[in-house]
Formats: sequence, structure tokens, C-alpha cells
Amino acid sequence: MESSAPSPSREVVLSRIRAALSPQKDALPSAEASWLEIPRGYVSSGDLPATAILELLTDRLRDYDVQVLHAGRSGVTHAVAKLLTARRADTMLIPAGFPQILLPEGFTYILDEELLPTLLDGCSGIITTCTLAIAETGTIVLQNAPGQGRRAASLVPDYHLCIIEAEQVVATVPEGIRALLPTAKLPTTFISGPSATADIEMTRIKGVHGPRFLDVILIA
Amino acid sequence: MRVSLFITCYNDTLFPNTGKAVVRVLERLGHSVDFPKGQTCCGQMHYNTGYQTEAMPLLERFVEQFRQSEVVVVPSSSCVAMMRDHYPLMATQIARKNGRTELVREVEALLPRIYEFSEFLTQKLGLEDVGAYFPHRVTYHASCHGLRNLQLGDGPKQLLQNVRGIDLVPLIGLEQCCGFGGTFAIKNADVSSAMLAEKLDGVLNTQAEVCTACDNSCLMHIQGALHRQQTGVRTLHLAEILASDEAGMQ
Amino acid sequence: MSRHALDPRTAATFPIAAHALLGDSQLRSNVRHATDVIQNKRGMVVDEMPDWQELRESGKRLREHTMQHLDFYLEQFERNCIAAGGVVHWARDAEEARTIVVKLAKAANASEVIKIKSMTTEEIFLNPALSAAGIVPFETDLAELIIQLGGDQPSHIVVPALHKNRQQIRDLFMREMNLPELGHTPEALADAARLYLRHKFLTVPTAVSGANFLIAETGGVCVVESEGNGRMCLTLPETLITIAGIDKVIPRFQDLEVLLQLLPRSATGERMNPYNSIWTGVYPGDGPKNFHVVLLDNARTEILADTEGRQTLHCIRCGACQNACPVYRQTGGHAYGSVYAGPIGAILTPQLQQMHHAQSLPYASSLCGACYEVCPVKINIPEVLIHLRNKVVVQNGPITPEALAMRTMASIFRSERRFRAAQRLGRIAELPLVRKDARGVGWISWLPGPLGGWTQVRDLQAMPNQTFRDWFENRATPEGGGDGV
Repeated sequence: MESSAPSPSREVVLSRIRAALSPQKDALPSAEASWLEIPRGYVSSGDLPATAILELLTDRLRDYDVQVLHAGRSGVTHAVAKLLTARRADTMLIPAGFPQILLPEGFTYILDEELLPTLLDGCSGIITTCTLAIAETGTIVLQNAPGQGRRAASLVPDYHLCIIEAEQVVATVPEGIRALLPTAKLPTTFISGPSATADIEMTRIKGVHGPRFLDVILIA
Repeated sequence: MRVSLFITCYNDTLFPNTGKAVVRVLERLGHSVDFPKGQTCCGQMHYNTGYQTEAMPLLERFVEQFRQSEVVVVPSSSCVAMMRDHYPLMATQIARKNGRTELVREVEALLPRIYEFSEFLTQKLGLEDVGAYFPHRVTYHASCHGLRNLQLGDGPKQLLQNVRGIDLVPLIGLEQCCGFGGTFAIKNADVSSAMLAEKLDGVLNTQAEVCTACDNSCLMHIQGALHRQQTGVRTLHLAEILASDEAGMQ
Repeated sequence: MSRHALDPRTAATFPIAAHALLGDSQLRSNVRHATDVIQNKRGMVVDEMPDWQELRESGKRLREHTMQHLDFYLEQFERNCIAAGGVVHWARDAEEARTIVVKLAKAANASEVIKIKSMTTEEIFLNPALSAAGIVPFETDLAELIIQLGGDQPSHIVVPALHKNRQQIRDLFMREMNLPELGHTPEALADAARLYLRHKFLTVPTAVSGANFLIAETGGVCVVESEGNGRMCLTLPETLITIAGIDKVIPRFQDLEVLLQLLPRSATGERMNPYNSIWTGVYPGDGPKNFHVVLLDNARTEILADTEGRQTLHCIRCGACQNACPVYRQTGGHAYGSVYAGPIGAILTPQLQQMHHAQSLPYASSLCGACYEVCPVKINIPEVLIHLRNKVVVQNGPITPEALAMRTMASIFRSERRFRAAQRLGRIAELPLVRKDARGVGWISWLPGPLGGWTQVRDLQAMPNQTFRDWFENRATPEGGGDGV
């Protein structure tokens, strides 16, 4: 790792910036103070009741062709089995820290211990929990944390089964971002439906490089 | 009310009927119209083409001509947009150059008294019906400056809807630029023509006899193609339709 | 279309480029279709937001604030990125950026690199530099893949291959990917791209990316994408080199709550794009072991110094202005001779060239304002266009034919006497060109020289015999009326 020794280019660019800003800059308050002055009149938190938030998330996910199953805590294992059977998924990747008690018998599980990409490719799919979900946009947020896995693991396999708890669902994007502030430096992925492109005649085509199949179990 | 008319350089020269119509409408509504005779141009063409320095004296002239006016009416939304959007900054720049700081205050005081013609009727006078009669099929094109800079909204359409005998048909893509854009029509004649072709398509699809708008700049451009293509469709400024009544038809 | 056609230093002027492209009816049809679709989608997801205008205002103020403290935030980003294991490089211009990236790729022993779409890498002509150094760059965005295989150029910020339809893409894939057969649906084409690229993702150890946002507070980087190729390039390789303009920095992580609402809705008409990746430096066991950020100036500091042009740097590269622009709609992006096309291209490109090139671009606009209406961060593009036109005029000096004509007209407008005289003179001068139509109205169908652009497709009504002021001054005093005469 290189140290931040001042390089000529660095000094040149920074001095250009200072020169560009200088006539007005001395009169300005500090960056910290000015940042607080930025008006934020947009909606930051929703006023929907919890059940409506879950319904909204479900709706948005289904809009993306994500399959959503609702289950009570005791019904999760059964729901997992149902989905894995429907997907004909025999070998599922499990991230470190995943609550294995939720896993039904009759399927093969591999713990992700930094498998090489080509081995990841050989799995049918991966099961993860999540950090949070944003209802308004149908977004699931994964971070490198127990049960969620490293980024490659939820990327390479073609199928992703995500288990979301009701308490993890927020209504709006600002609520989601603010909830991530404590862990903002972790590797983070926002997933809003399976991968897609609209590059061919503006037709939204699902499933290019990320997992083409996404299922969600929502524990209410 | 005593209304001062700023006819604009191109209306004065090419579309005097629009000015006559504005006078007719205002007098019919019981107002009197005066015409500061030294008026020429607001400076938009120069300013928008990059000749800001040349536009400065035109601002000064305009302020001098209309300083005493109770209210100024302009049958051209692009000219009013020029004044609202750029005159304040221009005045500051002129003031900085020759110390005429009172110019900034004068512009500030004058601007709220300046109205585009249709907004004078709907917003200042609060009218939607000005007693017009025009029994023809008409479609309305929303000039960009009127639509976006002046936020005229539905005002012009409301005025048209209340014209007796009118058959007002909506124009698909009415908010899309016609392609005039001032010197753009010359410097980028090809693209201007392509944009015009789409606009013409929309106009012809309405089967209207007349295409109207708040700006003769757009209409000159649209009419140019309507005439070249022998479509038999004509253009008329909104004022001319509103001026039309049983006593004097357009 | 040559690989270097989109170089503002050598591209044809806009009127000339546009003239050629207007003749391509397939292109125009594709562009119209694509921009209509995105505009409609954008309209729907914006209409459902009751706080859209508040978001735009926050976006604008946020970007303004960032530029006002740009040095502070760049230094903060650098500190935090390095603390998290990243390496930060600074590049004064395109050439230096290319040199740094090639050096880093060589240090990683790369014979090839996988790339995520980045307008910044196109701006600095990175790919030819890599190739020249014996490193093969592989574009992995579907659109960029289409562009690369076709030896073509991007024509839109967000949907670079918008100018191609499915048939053209199918032909291209079959030829370049050696496919004996291939389906006709967009799905089949996307599948072909998926298989073609998957092998690369799983095996190539060096990647090059751009960045949507650099987060000063955390030292994190955010990449916004749809296909998953971004995630592939950002997580599987050992070495990642990210190039970002210095205008990409944002103050705090929380600011993503504004930008991640404005960007997807404006760019592709979605509530949220499929994938956003945020990473901070190097994280053991997750992602590349070597992470480099190259901060690029390349005349951005010049733009920063121009208080009226500075708002150009607020751009978050959504492309909404292109979709709304009635000029872009007719010509597509290539007419602008730059990777940045449409309204934002018309103001960014000349300024990045420090006004030495692309001087026709500020005039490639009718100033209709549709771009300003849709810009998520309220960049007043028409205002900047006019400002740049002034710069071009000043640069061209006072003795061009246009400048002389403009000064003459200004002189006429400064005097009532001269104005009336000019009106009379005009009526006389145009006489030879006037023909009366069946209703006795005079029309001109041909104008000489540059004015001939008007009469290409339009007639011009002849000047009426009497100006308005003549009529007003000569009429009888009106009866009744308002406050007396």
C-alpha cells in the first residue's frame, strides 16, 4: 500500500481547485456547516402502517417477477423446501453465519469458504438473509455480514433465495440509507429485481449476468 | 387601465396585424393603449446568439421607453422570457461597467409590470372570455418560452375555449419545440426542418384550418412550411383570433 | 464509423454531422422509439413522487455545495479510501490518466482487462492506449459490447447502443461471436452476450471501471448498473482500477438518499435500477485485493473556475436531457462528435475542450428548455448554452461576417430613426424576391447565402406595406376607451 505522499499531480489539481474557488471561498462557512444548510424538503419517512409496508414490498418484488412467499417463523423451513423443489435446486451455497436451523433436509448445502468463482458457478443457487429491504423500490440490501455472504457468492450462482424479516423492511429510500449508516463501509449491494438490460430496443430483458432467478421469503 | 404596448421588432415589421389585434382586444375590453414610439427591440436575438455586449444598450433603451408605463403588454412570450430571465443580470453587468446602479432598481421595478399578452388577460385582468367569435377549426401550439419560462399553463387554451364558434382540437406533441429557435433556424437549418416536419405532421393530423400560438416566431416558421407545402392551413397569432368578433372577422 | 470518430478535436461540426445523420432513417426511427419509451417511463415514475421537486432542489443544492468545497471533499475521500486499503492517484489530464491506468494494469501483469461501461474512460480514449500497450480491453456492458464488436461509438449516456435495433445487433453477434444460429428476440440476444462474457468474468483477474459516486465521508465508491456485469467486474478480479472525474465526489453517505432517488427515475424510468454496488477500499475475502482510484481533472477545474459554467459539473449522468431534447431526437448522439451528447454534451464537451474545439455545439439547440425541465439537479442548460455562445463570439473576434452583421443590426435597434429606415429599406430590398400568391399575398421562396437555410423548406412572408407603428400613428383616435387619450 502506497502512502499518501504528495504527488505533483495531486498538488496541481488541488491548487487548481483552490484557485477556481478562491474569490468566494474565504467568505463561505465550513463544509460541515454548509452541508447542514442543504434543504431537504423531500419525504424521508413513510407513514404507512407495518402491514402496508410489507404489502408494498411484496407488490414491488412481484413487479420484478420475484417470487414472494409469506411465512410465519415456524413455516420458514417448509417454505425453503417448497421453493428449492420448485426451482429444482439441488446444491445450494450457504454463507458463513447463516442460521442453518432454517435449512430443510433433502438438499445438498455447501458452506461458502471463499470458493473460486468457477466453483461458485457450479452451485444451483445461494440462500441468504439480508440487512434490510426498501418497500417503495422493492430493494433488498445485502452486506458482508453473517448470513449474507461475500458479494461474489450472491452474484455468480444463477438463483438467489433471500429470507427477509418483517422488522427489516423500511418504507422509503432515505430510511434505508440512514439505517445503513452504522455499517456504511461494508461491501454493500442493492438488489432491485433480477438483473436486466434495456439496451436492445428499450425492451427490459431480465437476467443478463446476475442471478436470473430471485425468490424471497418474507417472515411476518 | 392605460396599457403600453411593446410590439417587438419582428411583429412591428412582419406581423402588424398581431399588434392591431392586441389593440382591438384591449380597447374592446375598455382599456386604452399607448405606443412609446422610440421602442425597437428587447435584445433577445443578440443575447441568445452570444452577442451579450450588443444587447446591453437595447436593455437600456427599453427601460427608458417604458419606465413610465403603468403596465406593458407584449404579444411575444420569448421577448418577455428574455426580460424576466436575463434583464436582471444584464442590468447588474451594465451597472458594474458604467456605475448606473439605479438601472438595477429600474429593471426590478419594471419587470412585474410587464406581461405577455395572454397572461395579461388571464392573470392581470382575470379573464377567460374576451368576447371573441371565430367559427373555425383551430389547434394550439405551445411556444417553448411561454410554456416553460413563463409557465403560461392552460391560460391560452382557456381563452381559446371560450371563443364563440371555435372548434378547438388538441395538437399531439403541442409541447414539443417547433424548431425555430431564433438563429438556430438558419445555423442548423437541417435539424430545424426535421423538427418542423414533426410539428407539421401533428398540425395536419388535427385537420385544423388554423394553427395558433402566442409567438409569431414559431408561427412564421410553421406557416413557412404550411405554405410551401400548399396545405391550405394558415397560422394566426392568438391575439388575432381573440380580436375576431361578429363586427370584424379574421 | 471509425473508433476515433467521437473526438471533439477532429469531429465534424454539428450542422455537417447532423446533415449526414438526418439521412439515416433507421437511426432516426430507433432514436425516436428509444427516447419515447424512456421519456414515458420516466414520466410515470416521476409523477408518482409527490416530493419530486423537493428532491430536485436538494439535488441541486447538494451538488452546488459539493463544488464549493470540492478540494475539501476530494481530500477527505482520499484519506478515507487510503485508510481502507485503497490507493489514490491524481491525473491532471487524459494523457496522464491513460499512463497511470496502463502502468497499473501492467503492474498486475494483465494481458487483458474486463471493463464496466464508463463514459470517463471513453472521454480519455483509454481503450486504444491499453491496446497499444498490449493489453486487450473487453467491454462487458451489453451496449458497450455491441459498440465494441461493431467498431462503433456510443450515442447516448445511458443507452449507448440506442441507435441500433435488434436485427442489426443479431447480425453483429452472429458475425463476431461466430454463432451459426441465433434467435431474433432481445432475450435470445441477451443470452448470447451472457454466455460470451461469463467465461471472461470468471477468469480475467484485472478490471477497469468508472464510478457514479465517490463518497467522501467513508472513502466508498458507488456504481449504479442494471446487468450485473458491474458486480462481476467489481468483485471477482484481483485488481480493480476505478477512474472517476473529480466531479463525482459526494459529501456523505446519507446524500445517496437523494441521488439514488433522482438517478434511476431520470435515467431509465425505474424506481431503482437492478444493482448498486458500494465498496470501501479493500475488504479481506470480498472483492479485489488491489484497489486503485484515479481522480481525473481533464479541464474540470477550468469549468469550476467559470462561475456561470460551473453548474455543468453538477451532472449525475442520467441522460434525461438527451431523451427530452427535440434536437437529439432528430439526430441521435453521434452528431455531437463527443461521447457526451445531447444537451449536456453541448455544454460539457466544449468546456472540457476549453473552448478550443466543439464550438458549434452550444448552437446545436433551439433553447427550448425541455432539458432544464427534466434535469434532476436543475442544471440551467439553456443559460449555460447562451453563456458559451458568448464565449465563442468573444473568441472569434469582432471581424467575422456574423459579428459585423450583428453590430449593424444592434446599431439599427439603438435608434428609432435608423430602425424605421431599415424597415423601409428592407421592403425595397426584398422586392425582387417576392412573388404574390393566389390571394395576393407576397411570399419569398428563395433567400441568398446563409439565409438560404430558411427557404430550404420554408417560404417567408413578404414584409407588409405598413408597419404596425405606421398604422398606429396614422389611425383615427379610438372612440370611448379607457383613461382617455
